[in-house]
Amino acid sequence: MRSWRTAVLPPLLAIAFAAVLSSVALLISGADPLEAFGTMGAQLFKGTTAVDTVNLATVYYLAGLAVAIGFQMNLFNIGVEGQYRFAAVVAAIVGGALALPPVLHTLAILVVAVFSGAFYALLPAILKVTRGVSEVITTIMLNSIVFGIVAFLINPDQFGVLQGNNVSTKEIEPSGWIPGIPLGDAGTLFGAVLLAAAVGAAYWFMLNRTRFGFELRASGESPTAAAAGGVSAKKMTMTAMLLSGAVAGLIAMPELLGRDHVYAMTATQGYGFTGIAVALLGRNHPAGIALGALLWAFLDKSAVSLEQIQVPREIATIIQGTIVLSVVVAYEIVKRADLAAEQRRVGRASRNGRPATVAEGGAV
Amino acid sequence: MRRMRGGTLAAIAMAGVLTLAGCAKDSGNEGQAAGDGGGEGNCITAQAPPAPESSQRESEAQGDVDASDLRVGLAFDVGGRGDASFNDAAAAGVDRAKEEMGVGKTTESTAAGTESEDAKQQRLTQMANQGFDPIIAVGFAYAEALKAVAPRFPDTNFAIVDDNSVEAPNVTPLVFAEEQGSFLAGVAAVYKSKNCHIGFVGGVDTPLIEKFEAGYVQGAQAVSDNVEIERDYLTPAGDISGFNDPGKGNVVAKSQIDKGADVVYHAAGASGKGVFEAAKSGGAMAIGVDSDQYEQKTLSGVRDVIITSMLKRVDVAVYDYIRAVAQDDLGSLPERFDLSVDGVGYATSGGKIDDIVPVLEGYKKQIIDGKITVSDTVSG
Repeated sequence: MRSWRTAVLPPLLAIAFAAVLSSVALLISGADPLEAFGTMGAQLFKGTTAVDTVNLATVYYLAGLAVAIGFQMNLFNIGVEGQYRFAAVVAAIVGGALALPPVLHTLAILVVAVFSGAFYALLPAILKVTRGVSEVITTIMLNSIVFGIVAFLINPDQFGVLQGNNVSTKEIEPSGWIPGIPLGDAGTLFGAVLLAAAVGAAYWFMLNRTRFGFELRASGESPTAAAAGGVSAKKMTMTAMLLSGAVAGLIAMPELLGRDHVYAMTATQGYGFTGIAVALLGRNHPAGIALGALLWAFLDKSAVSLEQIQVPREIATIIQGTIVLSVVVAYEIVKRADLAAEQRRVGRASRNGRPATVAEGGAV
Repeated sequence: MRRMRGGTLAAIAMAGVLTLAGCAKDSGNEGQAAGDGGGEGNCITAQAPPAPESSQRESEAQGDVDASDLRVGLAFDVGGRGDASFNDAAAAGVDRAKEEMGVGKTTESTAAGTESEDAKQQRLTQMANQGFDPIIAVGFAYAEALKAVAPRFPDTNFAIVDDNSVEAPNVTPLVFAEEQGSFLAGVAAVYKSKNCHIGFVGGVDTPLIEKFEAGYVQGAQAVSDNVEIERDYLTPAGDISGFNDPGKGNVVAKSQIDKGADVVYHAAGASGKGVFEAAKSGGAMAIGVDSDQYEQKTLSGVRDVIITSMLKRVDVAVYDYIRAVAQDDLGSLPERFDLSVDGVGYATSGGKIDDIVPVLEGYKKQIIDGKITVSDTVSG
């Protein structure tokens, strides 16, 4: 039973609790919480911060979706981190080597990214299905291995190019870029925002409107019941893991095709881990993940903005940590409160001398 | 998240143990071989160049410069103030400028390890919007961000440490001849080595750190034909943890010492502490990097093993840059901070290399005069 209360209340509670806790931290460090929160809000109206926030949220959204697909099947794909970095470096190399007409070039890069991401998730999937090896262990190990793979591939002896003291892949020709949406002084929105929205919509459609989505959720909630219903758990695990990897392959694409055009040694890491937090915040719901991604990106931007009023950037990290922690707790509390309320309702109804109706929560 | 981190750590630790086991197996034989081969006395095969009569230090024109209307912005790389390495050196340069030239307001901002590229742009833009000028970006990771931001603020002066790939009229590169300083470190290492066997520990396998390795190897080989050199990096390119992992530094340095190396030079940032500890427990010597590590408080427990440090004077470069901005004379800055302008050098604190200072000065003179050219890439 999922009322609006169970869906909306916990995140709001969590954010409020995080705000209180970080106010305490701010007071202890000698800063004015109101000024700090004011600065965080005001940053959105300054320069390109608002657009930058949406751009970053695009990346986080894809990461959140990739993790959420696994969560639906009770798979903890920590390997999103490794999968997206592997896909990014392979796509950047292939994209830099290809010479194709505009739209085709971009599509080719995206396809390479999707397949590379899925490929990097293939080994954990096979091990899980055939040997029952925990995907948590295998994907963590593959996350470490990807460091070596990226370092090897972008080495100037292989596919890399030396740029000053940095090493990166060869630059992708403009035909392979995803054009941005210029918004004047406010900055340039990644064209990939639309891509992310499309992936989100596809995710929602797959889960709620297809047989596959139903089977996926069913096997996630009760593998035995699903098996009794004729759903092959192995097939589901395999597909979910590969889909998760495929979406993970897209994570780096907004930045690669929209801004950087190369994958460098200094490219950002950790989007996969952020994706876990974002998926948790969004409760695996496509709209929830979008809000979680925006919130997370906003807090990341705040870390830099807060420094102009001499507030340490760690405050933003404290807020992020508290939110994740309290979201989990808040869901549990609201769930129990709901359950208790329901029991009372059923109890009241049965004291009236008749069994509770289905609408009141009684048995069918 | 917590559990996952723990898992990662465990995995890394396990890999580390495996590596260690592998090394330990090798080390027995290798150590013996080195012991047999490298006797005392026959290590140094090259004649030391004559020491210059007087060590010619350029006395800087120390006119009073008033920089009180400058507002300096300092954008740090990961680590920030207090990293005991190049961020700290940059901070020291600004602090000195404050004291001696009365620089007005300053601001600082530090990069996070996992931040997105546009956070760097945001940081620089924010400082420029607040009216800071000049703005100094510490570390080549800022190159891309600076390329985007600098053209938008044509009236603001920017400088970037360790990068010369940004081509904009208002961006000044502050780059160093790390290979020249490391050359002298290599010379010192061979002169001090008893086994004729030395080591190099790099933090992360990047082109920048390879410059240190290249200079060190060339310096050692200029002095001796039969020196053995161990070379290891803690992490591959892209994994910046190698600059902040004393445990790994310790393990790698220990394996080098077990193989027979008795002087180890590190270019590994905060991981260097582990290298020094390995040297102390293994009865070896070590060479520090970037700043005079013998004098660093955090290393006071292991300072006995630090015979010298390769100095990379980020502080000097930052100070000179601020001074040049104040005098509106950016043309006076050297294209590269090398031995000739004391942009790199070596430290003598502790007195462990006092006996070979004439030799080092001799090589230094030869490099400055162009008789020795130090390549910045590793050969072989």
